[in-house]
Amino acid sequence: MQNQWSAVNSGPLTGWGRYPVVAAKTVRPENWSAVDNYVKNANSDALIARGMGRSYGDASINDNGYTILLERFDRFISFDNNSGDLHLESGVTLDEIINVFALRGWFPAVVPGTKYVTVGGAIAADIHGKNHHRDGSFCNFVKAFTVIVASGERVLCSRQENSDLFWATVGGMGLTGIITDVHMTLKPIESVYVEKTEIKAKNLDAVMSLFDEHEKNYQYSVAWIDCLARGNDLGRSILMLGNSIAKGDERIKHLSNPLSLKEKRQIQVPIDSPDWLLNSFTMGTFNSLFYAKQMSNHHEGIADFESYFFPLDAIGSWNRLYGKRGFIQHQTVFPEETSREALKTLLTMSSENGWGSFLAVLKRFGPQDGWLSFPRPGYTLTLDIAVKDGLFEFLKELESVILNYGGRIYLAKDAFLSAEGFRKMYPRFNDWQKVKAKYDPKNTFSSHLSQRLEIR
Amino acid sequence: MDLKDKSILVLGATSSIARALAEELAKQGAHVHVAGRNLTEIERIANDLSVRYQQQSTAHSFQAADFKSHETLLNQVESKNGKHGLDGLVVAFGELGDQIEAQSEFEQAKSIIDSNFTGAVSILTHAANHFEKQGHGFIIGIASVAGDRGRQSNYIYGSAKGAFALFLQGLRNRLCKSGVQVITVKPGFVDTKMTYGRQGMFLVASPEAVAQDIVKALKANKQVVYTPWFWQWIMLIIKTIPEPIFMKMKM
Ligand SMILES: Cc1cc2nc3c(=O)[nH]c(=O)nc-3n(C[C@H](O)[C@H](O)[C@H](O)COP(=O)(O)OP(=O)(O)OC[C@H]3O[C@@H](n4cnc5c(N)ncnc54)[C@H](O)[C@@H]3O)c2cc1C
Ligand SMILES: NC(=O)c1ccc[n+]([C@@H]2O[C@H](COP(=O)([O-])OP(=O)(O)OC[C@H]3O[C@@H](n4cnc5c(N)ncnc54)[C@H](OP(=O)(O)O)[C@@H]3O)[C@@H](O)[C@H]2O)c1
Repeated sequence: MQNQWSAVNSGPLTGWGRYPVVAAKTVRPENWSAVDNYVKNANSDALIARGMGRSYGDASINDNGYTILLERFDRFISFDNNSGDLHLESGVTLDEIINVFALRGWFPAVVPGTKYVTVGGAIAADIHGKNHHRDGSFCNFVKAFTVIVASGERVLCSRQENSDLFWATVGGMGLTGIITDVHMTLKPIESVYVEKTEIKAKNLDAVMSLFDEHEKNYQYSVAWIDCLARGNDLGRSILMLGNSIAKGDERIKHLSNPLSLKEKRQIQVPIDSPDWLLNSFTMGTFNSLFYAKQMSNHHEGIADFESYFFPLDAIGSWNRLYGKRGFIQHQTVFPEETSREALKTLLTMSSENGWGSFLAVLKRFGPQDGWLSFPRPGYTLTLDIAVKDGLFEFLKELESVILNYGGRIYLAKDAFLSAEGFRKMYPRFNDWQKVKAKYDPKNTFSSHLSQRLEIR
Repeated sequence: MDLKDKSILVLGATSSIARALAEELAKQGAHVHVAGRNLTEIERIANDLSVRYQQQSTAHSFQAADFKSHETLLNQVESKNGKHGLDGLVVAFGELGDQIEAQSEFEQAKSIIDSNFTGAVSILTHAANHFEKQGHGFIIGIASVAGDRGRQSNYIYGSAKGAFALFLQGLRNRLCKSGVQVITVKPGFVDTKMTYGRQGMFLVASPEAVAQDIVKALKANKQVVYTPWFWQWIMLIIKTIPEPIFMKMKM
């Protein structure tokens, strides 16, 4: 008989942002009894689940025990074509769901900016998409799931049954156990096309009133902000709105199948590129949008779901575009009341100190359940920041400013938040901790992130 | 060969190579049934195929060394399948085992040989007779480049795979006149649970790429296929090293 940890891959491991790097011991089980054994025999080793490793920071890495890859648990269990109810394993990616079900007229109800995430990762980070203001987060479409908890027991949980574990696992960053099977609901679609409207805004106040005015009429909304704009132009941006297109629509009538997403070729980025490459790529796109149609402030068009929801997926391993030292993505959300002032301060801070992030993404969230779920009503701002000297100090300063405005940092993208800051940002952590103590008293499930945030 | 509506049984379907192959066959319109020793997992794989390809894939229990059960299994699959019967069999099961242990414990050596060779001979004895009588069908056997030359690091496994390849060769010779195709697949290193975390792996192929090569070979009526292709040339070089030199090499 082979030893429990015999097939271990030892080596450096990171999140998508390639910072920080840890010396990891990784296992990749292919049957559930192997996972059960890892959990039952963990002893003092820390365990953490990993899906596609698309979280940016240190959520799915662990230098204290083992990282368990779940990518080979990618099987569908059943599907009800009348209701859209899908029962599947946690390692299935949104990409696979789309490949199998888009042609049958079904699509994941919430998608992030990449389709290469697993369902387990989507629940653990309770991810949001461009439709959050209307539909809420990923977990709003999850009915139940099974978790292998530290005792090795499998616990089925939902809003009705073992609801404490359900709410602690949603957004719980893998720290309650390993999600095995999931019951979720897909949403019906008539086509894989979106009609999009792009509106220019000369500054932050302008884009915020555009959100107020238009959001209710659109399923999807997000704005790109030019971080180089200062003074009166601060927050200069393009608001991008969208609605799905119905099947009989004139604009897609010429298509033989409105549900078909043609396979696109990925361009691979083979080596680490200089930092300016991505910045000039995204900036170029922004500027061409902003300046091309000087005449009209309003631009309309159609796009397919792939290019609309996952523009960066067209470039494989684009994280290498940020150069060798990696980068971090920094996403915060502020309450409605403080959003305006907070956004102004953050944009000014990042542009004045040359930390840009040449582009930032702005979105407004609606209400959200979930104890450690990131979304809450208000505006959310995402900045990409390259790793360079002085970053740590800058982020410290940023953290205290964010706390002053009552803001919150997204754990799935974080690598720097402090333990105290985390507790202030997530007020329901106390409730969460009780469930953690109940199901994982010895803190078996632990990651670099949870160790940094002193979560146990 | 047109795979549409062909009914195929995959043995050892929990292997990633086998699963990728099952998917590749189902994509071509085949009805794929799966068997293996871990029935819980096999059932999941059958369900997955049913959901993805909107077909009724059945799950069966299969133990390589439980020779007596093999004929019953084939009959069961056939009868469950109604008029579809059985058109193809994939032998994907196999076990690397523990070479060091096998050098001192014959039980370990025997288990490796049963999982890679004797078990395959047993099930294929029944399958071959069935296909011969039926006058059509195909057999895909997954051997290995490890069977091309004996090495100190895995010669128990290697010799069982080598024997399996010879067996398939003889079977091909016998069944050719009955219109039955026999393919010997010799993969190099593939990214599966057999190789994950092991030292000394290089040029590791994905299970999907290997599965595509196998289906291509099946459709093109090939007999022996190295996958990825370059292993044919690597093994050619390895086989031409004179024994007095090879004997002293660390491999
Ligand atoms: C280009 C890009 C765009 C993105 N856009 C968005 C966006 O718009 N909105 C958004 O919300 N997020 C976004 N993200 C972040 C991403 O959606 C989340 O980080 C998501 O969690 C990644 O899923 P994963 O499968 O890669 O999980 P991983 O990164 O591998 O893991 C993330 C967390 O989930 C846990 N986990 C994974 N699988 C399981 C399991 N089976 N059981 C228990 N815990 C598990 C891990 O322990 C870890 O804590 C984006 C990321 C990228 C790279
Ligand atoms: N990976 C490589 O580099 C490589 C290279 C050359 C050839 N191969 C061959 O490719 C085939 C597939 O292997 P893999 O790489 O995909 O590894 P794998 O996942 O270990 O697959 C082996 C399969 O055989 C099954 N099996 C083993 N012993 C068995 C027994 N006694 N009875 C019934 N089933 C048994 C396993 O079942 P469980 O899942 O229940 O254990 C599994 O389904 C094997 O024949 C292997 O020898 C692999």
